[in-house]
Amino acid sequence: MTTVQVQKPNLTDEEIRYAIKKLGREPNEVEWAMLEAQWSEHCSYKSSKPLLRLLPSKGPRVIVGPGSDAGVIDVGNGWVVTLHIESHNHPSAIDPCGGAATGVGGVVRDILSLGTRPIALLDPLRFGALGSSHSRWLFDNVIRGIGSYGNCIGVPTVGGEVEFDTSFERNCLVDVVCLGLGLRDKLVPGGSIRPGYLVYVIGGSTGGDGIQGASFASRTLTERSDSERSAVQVPDPFTKKLIIEAVLEAVDAGIVQGMKDLGGGGLACGLSEMASKAGMGMEINLDNVRIREPGMRPAEIMISESQERMIVIVKSKNEEKLTRILDKWELGYSRIGHLTNDGILRIMHQNHLAAEAPAKFVAEAPLSPRSGRKPPYIDELSDAPEPQIPEDLNATLLALLGSPNICSRAWIYRQYDFEVGLRTIIRPGQADSAVIRLPNSRTLAITTDGNSKQVYLDPYWGTVGILSEAFSNLVATGAEPIAVVDHLQYGNPGNPEVFWTFKEAIRAIRDYLKATRVPCVGGKVSFYNEDTQTRTAIKPSPVIAAVGLRNARAPKIGSALAKEEDDLLIVGTTLPELGGSEYYESVQGLVGGRVPKVNLRTERQLLRTVTKVIESGVVEAAHDISKGGLAVSLAEMAIQGQKGFTVNLDKVPTKTTNIAQLLFSESKPRFVLESRPKNTPRIMRRLRAARIRTAKIGRVQGGKIQLESHEDPIITIPLSVAVDAWSKTLSKTMDAAVSST
Amino acid sequence: MGKVAVIQYPGSNCDLDALEILRDVVKAKTDLVWHKDLAHEDYDAYVLPGGFSYGDYLRAGAIAATSPSLRIVKEAAEGGKPVLGICNGFQILVEAGLLPGAVLRNSSLRFVCTWTRLRVETTRTPFTKRANAGQVLEIPIAHNEGRYYLDKEQIPELERNQQIVFRYVNEKKEATEAGNPNGSIDNIAGVCNQKGNVMGLMPHPERASIPVLSLDNQTDGRVIFDSMMRTLHGPEA
Repeated sequence: MTTVQVQKPNLTDEEIRYAIKKLGREPNEVEWAMLEAQWSEHCSYKSSKPLLRLLPSKGPRVIVGPGSDAGVIDVGNGWVVTLHIESHNHPSAIDPCGGAATGVGGVVRDILSLGTRPIALLDPLRFGALGSSHSRWLFDNVIRGIGSYGNCIGVPTVGGEVEFDTSFERNCLVDVVCLGLGLRDKLVPGGSIRPGYLVYVIGGSTGGDGIQGASFASRTLTERSDSERSAVQVPDPFTKKLIIEAVLEAVDAGIVQGMKDLGGGGLACGLSEMASKAGMGMEINLDNVRIREPGMRPAEIMISESQERMIVIVKSKNEEKLTRILDKWELGYSRIGHLTNDGILRIMHQNHLAAEAPAKFVAEAPLSPRSGRKPPYIDELSDAPEPQIPEDLNATLLALLGSPNICSRAWIYRQYDFEVGLRTIIRPGQADSAVIRLPNSRTLAITTDGNSKQVYLDPYWGTVGILSEAFSNLVATGAEPIAVVDHLQYGNPGNPEVFWTFKEAIRAIRDYLKATRVPCVGGKVSFYNEDTQTRTAIKPSPVIAAVGLRNARAPKIGSALAKEEDDLLIVGTTLPELGGSEYYESVQGLVGGRVPKVNLRTERQLLRTVTKVIESGVVEAAHDISKGGLAVSLAEMAIQGQKGFTVNLDKVPTKTTNIAQLLFSESKPRFVLESRPKNTPRIMRRLRAARIRTAKIGRVQGGKIQLESHEDPIITIPLSVAVDAWSKTLSKTMDAAVSST
Repeated sequence: MGKVAVIQYPGSNCDLDALEILRDVVKAKTDLVWHKDLAHEDYDAYVLPGGFSYGDYLRAGAIAATSPSLRIVKEAAEGGKPVLGICNGFQILVEAGLLPGAVLRNSSLRFVCTWTRLRVETTRTPFTKRANAGQVLEIPIAHNEGRYYLDKEQIPELERNQQIVFRYVNEKKEATEAGNPNGSIDNIAGVCNQKGNVMGLMPHPERASIPVLSLDNQTDGRVIFDSMMRTLHGPEA
């Protein structure tokens, strides 16, 4: 069992001085352990908090914004959805299966803390190059971990994305988004806690796993990190499933006054944050915590991150009702203490006072001011000369379709139960977003996006591009974006060049959300994603999860081409914006150039107009144009629909004559729409009335992918060849090379 | 009026889905019953839903098969009442010895979630009487342990007794390897007991019973629940 070395807390000298001054004495071993956990970057957001406040977080639908376990959004008729994003990067780098599984478990508890039922998961993932056996091992086991957990607890995994880039070789990013559903008047409010209420810990027992997990996650990985396995938590999805049902039964009975998940920082964080938020104190007896290893010391009990535990607060008159429900579900529980009115967190252990400190002092770490400096590489890389156009553009398109960053994701999502719960209307692989049934006759689109290659080259416009792509994904299913959560993943924030890229992302998110009038209802920051072996940080990786509402009459359309002789339209302008594109990076081997910029003045109007057009039922298929550009978007639509097309590139609204830019530029926002010829004029009229560039560029026909210019064929590929290139990359690589795990 | 029990085990996760289809779609009088609360003779039909009862620990369905509820299900089965096991429910019925064979880990050694085609091999069961023999139903699967297995020599007997209810097939209605998603022996997707009143299948008919949730807006899974209603209520149902 791990012994915690807390003689020298993992805190800065200023933090240590601040703690001693505030407390008026030297904190003891238990108190240091609690402060180390709670004041870790992971739990305290001490580097990022002042910047995160800049993000727009208000709106008519926002019931609970950032700072809670999850954001709460009104979706009408008394129903709310909750939304949160988490990552489990460090644990997954050491134990990919267990780390990814407990990542799912953690975000599910956040959703549950509000009293809402988790109804969907999405997993944005980032790994090193697929050619690396270490990356394949991580990838394979992360997918297994997500599947084994999500499938077991009966929450469908309806989407996600995966990006491969060598910068993630040692630090994979394993993010998970959870969506919850509940009734507004059943939400568990944080604010109705009173002195005397009882504090229960329910679910799993407390052991030596996940000790110091939060501070582990707030450090750089080293070559010794493999020996920090005890910092990785052990998943038990079966117990989680029982917790979900028991907690929701208790919420339904109206007996839960407050609830919090025990995640990073364990009891130290859970108790101090709850008490501090309520403006109260707590008296806790550690002898009543159910532990599963003998001889655990009080500091270890306080910071253990053993999984599948929740804090539940009830009135004493409801104690029996709670225990009856927990007994039915055969869940462990114990009453560990009660709320007090003096604001002090008092921890007793074997009749001794083990720790005593104001809850607010523990919960609120002193902020760490950070400075930023623009890294010089950014200007150096932006002026890359346009490379020569490949002679064989057929081969180029096929290479892009088979690229690990573009190819079919079926190998991944087939391992996820994406349908349990009877809510999934549009499933993975069918459209740009998943669509889920709500009980109020409306439907909800949900998507997640990241693009570390473009953010690396231009932290501001790269981040704007991620938001624009996420919103385009929603819009392509006829949804109106209503909220986002963000996850900002970087290297060491003490490095000014890293911190500058972080600040740029915040600026980008703020500007984009202001322009589109959509609130950010929560998020997460993960720093220290770098390792001492390679001495490199990951590429900056903001990830966005966005939800959109569809009204009841919105049609169910996907991105697959639907019918011969239909027209193909393009929406939006194609510019020479190949920086960070899949064409540059994987075909040309070029890291550089100018990334797509988005016109923030017209963005809202454009997205709203396209939503309205799709909503009105005149579009047969829709797909946004993103990775791989126009050529890949069209090819994907053809592959999914098993139908060919002919497109005339001369019709594409553009400012370039370079054929590679026309085919592969990743300018955004752009869409391809399929329409019946009789509806085409109406669609184009509506788009043009809103000053949106649009053109009819071709039609669905035959069994070939055909792109022409000046009556010359530019690309001609039989559909079956394209299907082959696109569909086999992952299964061929993963099922052949990683059969032994 | 026939009444259906959906039995809820710790770790069941398709219980509410089955309940929704039975109650709201085929309009059967249905209760969700906690496995320990199941009492004698209360119900006219039993459904064991999908999920991960007891976390699939030990073996899928093995622990739930020792639940006292299985004694009642067994008696009901002997009395001729319809009993349906879906996915994990099928695994439980096999583990409890109410159905022949075993359900093993998928041949891919991976969880598989995908839509499959099922050919109806017999219409003699209370769950297929409204289907046509040879009809193909599009119904999804989602499981890690779905590879049906029994000794090769026993298959002719199963065949003779008309105990093979569904087979996975390709788009030409043939039971080929390409149409087999999990390596099940002889492409078997669902079986029944000798009498025919106890049936289990790995695919999830409840996921193919509401148009908007299905691939092509079909409701192929409904025929299983509609058949059960006909059994409970006669031809007017």
